[in-house]
Amino acid sequence: MMRTSDLVASAGRALRANPLRSALTALGVIIGVASVVAMVALGSGAQAQVERSIASLGSNLLIVVPGALRGGGGVRGAAGGWDSLTLDDAAAIAAQIEGVVAIAPSQRARTQVIAGGANWNPQVEGVTPAYLVARDWEIARGRMFDDTEERQARRVVVLGATVAEQLFPNVDPVGQTVRMNGGVFEVIGILESKGQSGFGMDQDDIVLAPLTTVKRRISGRQRRADTVSQISVKAASEDHLSRIQDEVEALLRQRHRTREGEDDFTVQNLSSITEAAAQTTQVFTYLLGGISAVSLLVGGIGIMNIMLVSVTERTREIGLRKALGARQSDILQQFGLEAVTLSVAGGIIGLVIGVLGAWAMTSLFNLPLVVAPQNAALAIVFSGLVGVVFGAYPAWRAAKLDPIEALRRE
Amino acid sequence: MMTALIAAAGLAKLYRMGDEIVRALDGVSFEIARGDYCAIVGPSGSGKSTLMNILGGLDTPTEGRIVIDGADIGEMDDDALASFRNRTVGFVFQSFNLLPRLTALENVELPMIYAGAAPGERRARASELLARVGLSERMGHKPTQLSGGQQQRVAIARSLACRPALLLADEPTGALDTNTGVEILNLFGQLNREGATVVLVTHDHEVAAATRRTIEMRDGHIVADRANAAEARHDAHV
Repeated sequence: MMRTSDLVASAGRALRANPLRSALTALGVIIGVASVVAMVALGSGAQAQVERSIASLGSNLLIVVPGALRGGGGVRGAAGGWDSLTLDDAAAIAAQIEGVVAIAPSQRARTQVIAGGANWNPQVEGVTPAYLVARDWEIARGRMFDDTEERQARRVVVLGATVAEQLFPNVDPVGQTVRMNGGVFEVIGILESKGQSGFGMDQDDIVLAPLTTVKRRISGRQRRADTVSQISVKAASEDHLSRIQDEVEALLRQRHRTREGEDDFTVQNLSSITEAAAQTTQVFTYLLGGISAVSLLVGGIGIMNIMLVSVTERTREIGLRKALGARQSDILQQFGLEAVTLSVAGGIIGLVIGVLGAWAMTSLFNLPLVVAPQNAALAIVFSGLVGVVFGAYPAWRAAKLDPIEALRRE
Repeated sequence: MMTALIAAAGLAKLYRMGDEIVRALDGVSFEIARGDYCAIVGPSGSGKSTLMNILGGLDTPTEGRIVIDGADIGEMDDDALASFRNRTVGFVFQSFNLLPRLTALENVELPMIYAGAAPGERRARASELLARVGLSERMGHKPTQLSGGQQQRVAIARSLACRPALLLADEPTGALDTNTGVEILNLFGQLNREGATVVLVTHDHEVAAATRRTIEMRDGHIVADRANAAEARHDAHV
């Protein structure tokens, strides 16, 4: 039996004898592995981005909006189009449903915000202090208004990062005043930046004001003082989310005296939206990876092709080695190792190029770079496997050569 | 009386060529003693190459029995034959068959690699053998940097690497000019005097005359088996 060191030296010598050919053969695997690694990293980056931006809306969050999203028969208003949700609904949910950490009714409005010479037209959200808890939002500077200020309809606002930047580019906005709908409001805090939402909206283009203040002074609704445009319900954990969703739906149906299918409200589960979006990008990742894997297959066929040529060229050498005492297994191992060395070397180089490529693309598209170590290991193992699979037949042919015939070959 | 190294009885080798069955060997029986120096001669098609392949463990007989150094060739599987070729036989070929990418030293080491010898031990043995065939100055040379005679000396050194019981040479002077051929034959003669059993396969009666015994083959049979005169052997030195 041959020593392993001799086997390795012999395979290495054979590969070095034709450096250009070895490099070109490995190139097939290099391209294959590089594209698989880059595409999967890109897909994973996109997936992480989608998950991150949806999670930025708030985790374990249910959002109740008026109106039915899924239309049955008859005329339906768009979701959010009815005044069907009230502060009492929010209070009932808080009182009757277990596992809710925060419940935040809010009223949406849109109005011009003016500060000095600058003006801006952001989303104005009338909220209770619980809103920040429900949405996992922090105050960057200053403070949030408290429940007392909310109840007393104080003229205070907390600005989103975008609004603060637009209206007060040079000064600290905290302590300044803005004018909305003819009234003067004091800026008491700045929200931490959340960036774009998963749906492409700038979440920082927002002004938070006490709910009562918005109802009385901005949204200008006269008909009912107690309706809200949205109720955010934050569950203690993801496990309770679907139960709470069911209970909220049942409770609201009972309160609104509607039957299932005739709902005048919709409960949106953000985690199911997250899941769906993540699944979409995951399918996308598999698709990209699968297409790239085809090029790895082509690389494998290249290895097989060159190994077959090599066996034919070295027939006489193989015959001689057998005459000198090489067993079939020695020849099999030598040629097998040559193929595996080519493919694994290609795999390692391909991995490096793939990661660099993924880095270049993700920085171009402003995505996070996600290279899972197990994916990298998988790429190497898979390229080794390509060497084994496509090197097996040429190596077997070499091992089975008849030494008498092989020695006679010129 | 020396014990027989090779004992063959009723050897036959049949080949199928289309519809016809060719008997390359047909009822061949002989013995070769340890320490003998023997030539197998015959024209092409006489069966001498087939016989050589069987002696070398590259082929097995269809019929009959041949025992070399206690090993029955017909009974061995592929791995056992590989091991037999490695340890019991030293091959010398007409066209040298050195690996062009390896140095003289590495070529001599090659059989020992398949024997699993340690690198240091292997290197020492190979340089000792190259010194013995007069090439201690050429160990690092590639085959292309050596003359035909030198290449055949490297091949002979290689054949001795695993201390084989039998040296088997197939037309070892066929690719060499007359003077170099004589040198190579003298080297075989010297190895024989030092105790090696040498079997030469050749179509050349002058080469055969340099040995002690000639087995002549024709159409798969042994047609003559005679001792050579000592004077003829000395002619080779001239």
